[in-house]
Amino acid sequence: MKEKETQKKAVAIYIMGKKFFVPEGSTIMSALEYSGYQLKRGAGCREGFCGACATVYRLKGDYKLRTGLACQTVVEDEMLIAQIPFVPVVKPVYDVNRIEPTIAVFKNLYPEVFRCVACNTCTKACPQDINVMDYVNAVERGDIEKAAHVSFDCIRCGLCALRCPAEIAQFNVGILAQRLYGKYLAPGSSQLEQRVKEIKSGKFDDEMSCIKKKELAELKKMYYERDIEPGEKG
Amino acid sequence: MYPEYMQDSLKKVEASRPSRLRLSREKGREHIFPAMTAAQREEVLQKFHPDYKKIAKRPLRIGVNKGESITTEVADILEAYSRINPDVFDLNHPDMETDVLIVGGGSAACSAALLAEQEGVNVLLVTKLRLGDSNSIMAQGGIQAAVNPQDSPIRHYLDVMGGGHFDNKPELVEALSMDAPLVIDWLIELGVMFDRNPDGSLKTRHGGGTSRTRMLSCKDYSGSGILRVLRDEIECRKERIRVIDFSPVVELIMDTDGRVAGAILQNFETDEYFIVKSKAVILATGGMGRLHIQGFPTTNHYGATCDGVVLGYRAGARLIYMDSVQYHPTGAVFPEQILGFLVTEKVRGLGGQPVNKDGYLFVFPLEPRDVESSAFIRECVENHNGVKTPSGQQGIWLDSPIIEELEGVGTVERELPAMVRQFKRFNIDITKEPMLVYPTLHFQNGGLDVNARCETSVPGLYAAGEVQGGTHGRNRLMGNSQLEITVFGRRAGTFAAQYAKSLEKTSDLTLEHVRKYNREVEKIGIDPARVSPILLPDYIPNHVKERQLTSHYLGAIRG
Repeated sequence: MKEKETQKKAVAIYIMGKKFFVPEGSTIMSALEYSGYQLKRGAGCREGFCGACATVYRLKGDYKLRTGLACQTVVEDEMLIAQIPFVPVVKPVYDVNRIEPTIAVFKNLYPEVFRCVACNTCTKACPQDINVMDYVNAVERGDIEKAAHVSFDCIRCGLCALRCPAEIAQFNVGILAQRLYGKYLAPGSSQLEQRVKEIKSGKFDDEMSCIKKKELAELKKMYYERDIEPGEKG
Repeated sequence: MYPEYMQDSLKKVEASRPSRLRLSREKGREHIFPAMTAAQREEVLQKFHPDYKKIAKRPLRIGVNKGESITTEVADILEAYSRINPDVFDLNHPDMETDVLIVGGGSAACSAALLAEQEGVNVLLVTKLRLGDSNSIMAQGGIQAAVNPQDSPIRHYLDVMGGGHFDNKPELVEALSMDAPLVIDWLIELGVMFDRNPDGSLKTRHGGGTSRTRMLSCKDYSGSGILRVLRDEIECRKERIRVIDFSPVVELIMDTDGRVAGAILQNFETDEYFIVKSKAVILATGGMGRLHIQGFPTTNHYGATCDGVVLGYRAGARLIYMDSVQYHPTGAVFPEQILGFLVTEKVRGLGGQPVNKDGYLFVFPLEPRDVESSAFIRECVENHNGVKTPSGQQGIWLDSPIIEELEGVGTVERELPAMVRQFKRFNIDITKEPMLVYPTLHFQNGGLDVNARCETSVPGLYAAGEVQGGTHGRNRLMGNSQLEITVFGRRAGTFAAQYAKSLEKTSDLTLEHVRKYNREVEKIGIDPARVSPILLPDYIPNHVKERQLTSHYLGAIRG
């Protein structure tokens, strides 16, 4: 590729069936905007972290319905595109302080999990390449720790839930597993506990009011002379 | 995949890696390159930081901060007309009433809602896009908190003050560093999964400008790891916290006693407007990256258009440090599809090194962000040691493969899954090849001037999160924004709720401040077409705009 090669080829795409020509190499999101769409729904962080831009598409000569994030998927010639900016799911309400980290919670709140037919469609649909079925199965076995870790990179785009023949809302199941793990199952930190006690008992109050009153020159001196803790090994 | 012409430079990075690795092992990572002195920092900032360019700022001609020089693009949207005609609203008949109205959908807004609800008041949270749409959700690297025995809130305080060049408001920094461990404890109680060591202690690393390892993380989905839990909790308390999404606030409402007392809400999809009466209002609207200051690409969310600053300023709230913008040193510059995307500072926290086209390290990898960014710009612009991209940008290599050697094979995949995924989509394997980066518009350092109770200069109006100014002086350190949004979100929720409960009587609502502001805008001769808040950036190309010729908007046929 030459440095000054900025003139791009155009490719044809179909936005909800209507044909547009957009620059080669565009993401689906920038192609929509290039075509004149002012996005309100279907655009969020634009970096693959928020799940706002779930999109389904088909490629030329291919029967498969594909899934992706509009901000992360590059257009291809003759691509057929529709965005799915909202996934209707019913979110059960719970008090995280009053539930226990057991399989019973899932049986109660998400009974459909146990009807998983192990078709793996959820995993295939996931634009994050998460092994979605793996964490659904972990929940079925009551392995909340595994479910929490495997589901962790989920961005809630909802594509798994839309494709699931067992009507599971996997992303909601995942967040419940994560909260139960984070609150009840992860090992505790005695250092944090100690520090919270110290702050609540006012241990740092005097020193804080003292440093707050320091003259600028003195504070600067403290700052530039402070020692730096060595980093990790290496 | 990197183009052919970059291969020579890539080979030089590989060739210099063993010696850089040796240096890192022998001298320790904190000594691989001399950190800059105060004078050196000042020099590189003056010469190369975008804020110091002549065009960067201009004096504001109206409002409370009149006469002060602020970021040009912000001055432009502050010197603009309201989106609404104040005369058409019948304020005697509000459509909704609440005790605390929270504007925004990120972690500051969510924290505020949860704490306000705990005070037993009615809470209404309204947001422009979805609940959760925010810069918060995009944060990768972590959140600072002095949780280790060798660390303390006092140390944290000192690091924050130094990082901000001592312009920070001490009471805000005190709140930030003292609340930090308490906030972490609260988040864990809600179920946030922080990275831990096998003994249960929280994993801590360095960030730019930290003197103790204090950076907690949730892999490189730290913001998402926190916000997803806050959002889930709000959804679990939906009986008591009402949420309305896709509804930006376009103007605040005041009462005849000079207090903020509500807001005008626009249904973003039907274009209906609603009057919300509220005893207190919390602005938690986030930052302004989508203003693309000086044409920079941004790491920010689609909705980061500085709305809260505009709304607050029209109601008479004072601004602080609105002349200061943060450029994150490591935004992606290749491939072009991810231009401006954030490459987390955690890469350098893990031992990753910035090197030039010849493979040389030219700066200490973890200077405060403004200093590090300026050093990158100097290396490209003055020393001509950057790598040119096919679209004509320049970049610095960020050597990530060295992490695998420093911390063990598999570290990059485990600690930086989002980064690995991001680049893999474009056939770049960051465990084996470096990333090409350049400073990118990242954070609004300034904002609404608040005290440690999140009170602005206008009664009834609170601000929390990126929209507030003063905490970071003119430069924020990594991991202190995730902390700021939760610390001050919680504080705003509590104090606004207490204020709402203490308010004995309410007065008549008014939009007189909007009329008055519009007259001032008119006086300085602003084009009537310039309105704000802008709500969304405009990415429609000119060849389309030239054909968007609707002259009247009637019924269902809108633009």
